[in-house]
Amino acid sequence: MDKELRLMKGNEAIAEAAIRCGTDAYFGYPITPQSEVIEYLMSEKPHERTGMVVLQAESEVAAINMVYGAAGAGRKVMTSSSSPGVSLKQEGISYIAGAELPALIVNVVRGGPGLGTIQPGQGDYFQSVKGGGHGDYKLIVLAPASVQEMYDFVKLSFELGFKYRNPVLIQTDGVIGQMMEKVELGPQEVLRTPEEIEKECPWGTTGKKPNRERNIITSLELDAYKMEKFNLKLIEKYKKIQENEVRFEKIECDDAEYVIIAYGSSARIAQKAIKIARAKGIKVGLLRPITLFPFPIKQIRELIPQVKGFLSVEMSAGQMVEDIRLAVNGERPVEHFGRMGGVIPAAEEIVTALEQKLIGG
Amino acid sequence: MAEIKLEDIIKEENLVYKKSEVMTDNTLHYCPGCGHGTAHRLIAEVIEEMGIQGETIGVTPVGCSVLMYNYLDIDMQEAAHGRAPAVATALKRTMPNKYVFTYQGDGDLAAIGTAETIHACNRGENIAIFFINNGIYGMTGGQMAPTTLPGMKSSTSPYGRIAEMMGGPIKMTELVAQLDGTHYVTRQAVHTPRHVRKAKKAVRQAFENQTLKKGVSFVEIVSNCNSGWKLPPVEANKWLVENMLPFYELGDIKLNGELVNK
Repeated sequence: MDKELRLMKGNEAIAEAAIRCGTDAYFGYPITPQSEVIEYLMSEKPHERTGMVVLQAESEVAAINMVYGAAGAGRKVMTSSSSPGVSLKQEGISYIAGAELPALIVNVVRGGPGLGTIQPGQGDYFQSVKGGGHGDYKLIVLAPASVQEMYDFVKLSFELGFKYRNPVLIQTDGVIGQMMEKVELGPQEVLRTPEEIEKECPWGTTGKKPNRERNIITSLELDAYKMEKFNLKLIEKYKKIQENEVRFEKIECDDAEYVIIAYGSSARIAQKAIKIARAKGIKVGLLRPITLFPFPIKQIRELIPQVKGFLSVEMSAGQMVEDIRLAVNGERPVEHFGRMGGVIPAAEEIVTALEQKLIGG
Repeated sequence: MAEIKLEDIIKEENLVYKKSEVMTDNTLHYCPGCGHGTAHRLIAEVIEEMGIQGETIGVTPVGCSVLMYNYLDIDMQEAAHGRAPAVATALKRTMPNKYVFTYQGDGDLAAIGTAETIHACNRGENIAIFFINNGIYGMTGGQMAPTTLPGMKSSTSPYGRIAEMMGGPIKMTELVAQLDGTHYVTRQAVHTPRHVRKAKKAVRQAFENQTLKKGVSFVEIVSNCNSGWKLPPVEANKWLVENMLPFYELGDIKLNGELVNK
């Protein structure tokens, strides 16, 4: 069969992927620069295509709590938003993590803080990987760097989410969300039947059957010792995720004396920076974390013997750089170069930063 | 005269009342005299009588009834504070043939969850909302609620609620009745056996309405909070009759999607 190719915006790819991979429900609230997700879904009539529920909620708070409800019934459910909206969702995300529910949250990041700008940013890294809401929890965080990955990571998110019963967040930004690229689409999958969902998710609130105890979805535990036991169980799960689910891409690292570490659209620009630098005779490579949690700690450490220094390139004041420094543990210099406020760094700027901050030229 | 033995009386044919099968054996944590236990029982009885234990999903609030899932033997979800109507929306939308209800107190439904309540009602979600109004925050220790009466003392209105300063009590039930998405709106109470029987009819109606797919059934139950009101149970019920009911008038507000003219 011929490949099904389509020219799409990143946000549209998220929406089409949701329909194609058999998502049961989407709940969202419009916010720039990701409103195309719900607009595309509404125009595609997924309730006719697959039976998927799509609902525009009254707020991001309501939307994420709708996600909680459907996820608790074992449904494949997602929401999307952009930074200020994702801040509003943090309450619900914490509850979803606390109730150990699979769910997908897409954050098409814009510059902040506050209402900030509608231009792209990566300043939500801390929020995405360090919890974001209250309490001890982690999300699995995927960072696509192309429209194809926007499409592919929706299905992957549900696979990981259900495998670990954990919420997954796709952290992308206004560049990837708004730009158009060629996408290879996957086949249309049918929604699971209610019976299949009950079999796959015996913990779901799908109606108590005589052959089982009632199912309760909650994150409440008043007994301190039981709550701590649950916290320890979560830590074990996150450890397993760290061991098994690290995803990354290495570009021209074999002979690299310097390595740029960047994700999402910054990684795209960094690739161009590598070309410029190599033309100048600087041996530089790129390590692109695809999972921000679990972070590719081991892969960074493996580069230490051959590398003179690392440069973190982010559209933020320097957030991921802290995790790189923790990984490198003082054994090599780790510098940060970032633009903020919606300003996208130029490849030449990255090379200059590399020269000035690490090489000392 | 022959002696009557207890074991001769305790027989199936003499049974006039029993605990609903849909209630678990867990001991209720509510204060003696509280209306929550009665309201729970009515819901359990209706679920049992309708034979929908396996088809019903309940959503509990944050407040005194946060642990309701310990008492009803059905699948339940514990929602974040005020978000139960959003959670219920998703449950019903993804499982349209199930019976879905929320059970919420006045702080949960009429303060922090106002937006979720109004919009679920406005969208006409085919769910039942049970709203327990006792005019106070019970769980956190007797603070002022959105439904606290003017002049009523609470730990955050120690000299009585001053409407000019704190706003007056909100009548959520009358408010949601104005929305096209509500099909059945009523206010009931559970302080006397007569009221309990009427309230049970309303609970039953709210569940039965779900098959009509004509929107929200909204049942307010005016209840007491003897601990929060700092009154013994009997006194609390008297206070309820003398103070709560004149302001929160009992009766149907909307029937079959039509406002009831009073």
